[in-house]
Amino acid sequence: MAHFEKANSIGEWLDQRIGIETLKKVMQSEYWIPKNINFLWAMGMVLAATFGILLVSGIFLLMYYNPSVDLAFDSVNYTIMTEVGYGWLWRHVHGVGASLVFLIIYIHMFTGIYYGSYKRGRELIWLSGMLLFVLFSAEAFSGYMLPWGQMSYWAGMVITNLFSGGSLHADGFVEWIRGDYVPAQAFLSRFFMLHVLLMPLLIIGGIVFHFGTLRLPHVNNQDGEEVDFAESARLWKEGTTESRRESKVIPFSPVFLSKDVFVMGVYFILFFYLVFYHFEFAMDPVNFDPADGLKTPAHIYPEWYFLWSYEILRPFSTNLGLIAFAIAQVIFFTLPFMDRSPNVAPANRRGLFHFWFWAMLADMLVLTFMGKLPPEGIWSQIGLVAAITFFILWIALPIITKIEKKL
Amino acid sequence: MDKELKILGIVAAFTLLLYWGVEPFAHSQMHKHVESDALQYSDLKPLSVKGDATAGEAKAAACAGCHSIDTKGMAAPMDAMASADAYGVNPPDLSIAGKVLDEKFLAHFMLNPAEVTKSKHFAMPPSASSEQDAADIAAYLKSIAPKEVSPKETYAFACGRCHANRYGKWTQLGDIPKTKSNIKTGVDLDAMAFQTNLGKYQNKLADYMGKLPPDLSIISRARSEHFLHTFIENPQSQLPGTAMPRVGLNGEGMDKVMEYLEETGDPSAPARAMAGPWVIGFFVIFTILAYLWKQSQWRDLH
Repeated sequence: MAHFEKANSIGEWLDQRIGIETLKKVMQSEYWIPKNINFLWAMGMVLAATFGILLVSGIFLLMYYNPSVDLAFDSVNYTIMTEVGYGWLWRHVHGVGASLVFLIIYIHMFTGIYYGSYKRGRELIWLSGMLLFVLFSAEAFSGYMLPWGQMSYWAGMVITNLFSGGSLHADGFVEWIRGDYVPAQAFLSRFFMLHVLLMPLLIIGGIVFHFGTLRLPHVNNQDGEEVDFAESARLWKEGTTESRRESKVIPFSPVFLSKDVFVMGVYFILFFYLVFYHFEFAMDPVNFDPADGLKTPAHIYPEWYFLWSYEILRPFSTNLGLIAFAIAQVIFFTLPFMDRSPNVAPANRRGLFHFWFWAMLADMLVLTFMGKLPPEGIWSQIGLVAAITFFILWIALPIITKIEKKL
Repeated sequence: MDKELKILGIVAAFTLLLYWGVEPFAHSQMHKHVESDALQYSDLKPLSVKGDATAGEAKAAACAGCHSIDTKGMAAPMDAMASADAYGVNPPDLSIAGKVLDEKFLAHFMLNPAEVTKSKHFAMPPSASSEQDAADIAAYLKSIAPKEVSPKETYAFACGRCHANRYGKWTQLGDIPKTKSNIKTGVDLDAMAFQTNLGKYQNKLADYMGKLPPDLSIISRARSEHFLHTFIENPQSQLPGTAMPRVGLNGEGMDKVMEYLEETGDPSAPARAMAGPWVIGFFVIFTILAYLWKQSQWRDLH
């Protein structure tokens, strides 16, 4: 039995038992963040907040959603939208949140790429972040099945078909995934479970892991400067105005957090503007027709955040397309190892990499546009060129970063 | 600060470009554009004669062979089920026909229903012997029309005998009746009888139309307003070969139908309009306070 003194306050009582003072230091008051940052550094907390909103709105929706192929569509479009008080609000928050979470993920990713925040000790931050991207993708896809509209059904059909592996014709595997020859009750029940239990659990674990990978290497800064955190922390803790000005860091809470909260406020104004006045962008019209296995929609396309990889699948022949698609899904994981330059600096100081960054961003934007357009005429040709460019850029990356001048 | 705004500008520009590409631009390329005829039914010649409502009253007696006119106390000779057996569909009550249908369309329609509706198998045979007769009956129907019609009445008349609207509790046989189940067994024989009738009606209707016309509960979310407008105005323009007849709505009729579709398709619109400003106002104040807090924390840092 350990020795315990009588505590004089709740804080002290807790500190004796779970080391709350240490916890506060590690996670807040002595978790040092560089001062030299801009609002893009708030995207992590914006993401965490958006995930929180998705979780809460999802819990409310879960109380009324009915995962049965006969009732799912009406439980979403009638029960929740009409009979449940503010059900429409939770649904629109959930739909808009699902779209915006990907917008912020992409901004967060490209911020990391631009400032080189994935190397020299920060590799695991990048890898765990990419893992979260994959988990969020699975969460989004499984959630998209639940309203059981036309796009749910046909997207489910198309995506599960990919697992037949083209010429491998692993149709048995596809049936095993679906639990049926076509998407039906077993399919819906499974994706319901994935969406409301397994994926959220993994995502929460992934977020904890992602935060964990951040603690020792610390957050990067606008100049990729190597900060002497111990010295800066000492200066900060000295506590004079002079020393704090000289220190290159700030504590996570309250100083960094105050900026995060401000950025979140601006973001929430946009978020709720979309929820109340412009939610249609996040809810495809096709999905307001109930699932019908006998009627294929004229255009089948995924939500916008999957379009770029969908377009890497489409312009090639079946087998080649599948291989290209599979590579595209995981290629971003390799970034810390494909980038051979030791420089941690914003892209604009890195010569050819600067060009690479904007070319990649533009190429993914073009792929995204083409992914939604019908694959006809000029659109499929542009799509093909953009898909090939995507791979050329990845092949070029180790070469241009190898010859990059050391800063 | 300047740098932050510049970065914000770049992020915003890319986001807007992304939005433009996957929403307005993609949709403009995916759907063919159909120009509205502004409900002029320009393919139909203007009437060369003027309709006389008084003369039309006597001539309209012929309509009563199939149609009811409730407001005039004229009942239909057959109920909905018998009509479906005979024609495949229940003929509409004509009380509001003159209110929501285009007069020119209505007159031409009586002369040649199949051609004017662009629906080859249209159940109604040519029913006026001359343009004068047709114009007179159209004028009569206009003269007996009520001053006001509700969106739901208009839907029931123009769409509701083929299209259910389950979120509006509407079936092809009218509103779902309120029935009581037996308290000991939970069996609701009246509801079952209604469902049986409805099923029979729908089977006949599907035979007549080729398929069961879709439920329109949330069609206003599934199709754009422009699509619905041009499709109702002339179904063939958007969906060549469709069995759906052109119904000949006038401006008021179209507005009322669209209003009903909006009501059942987007019932939260009034609640959204009410709550929106409050929620956004809250976050504006939240953001101002957050900014002041941030300024106080960062004041002496540089």
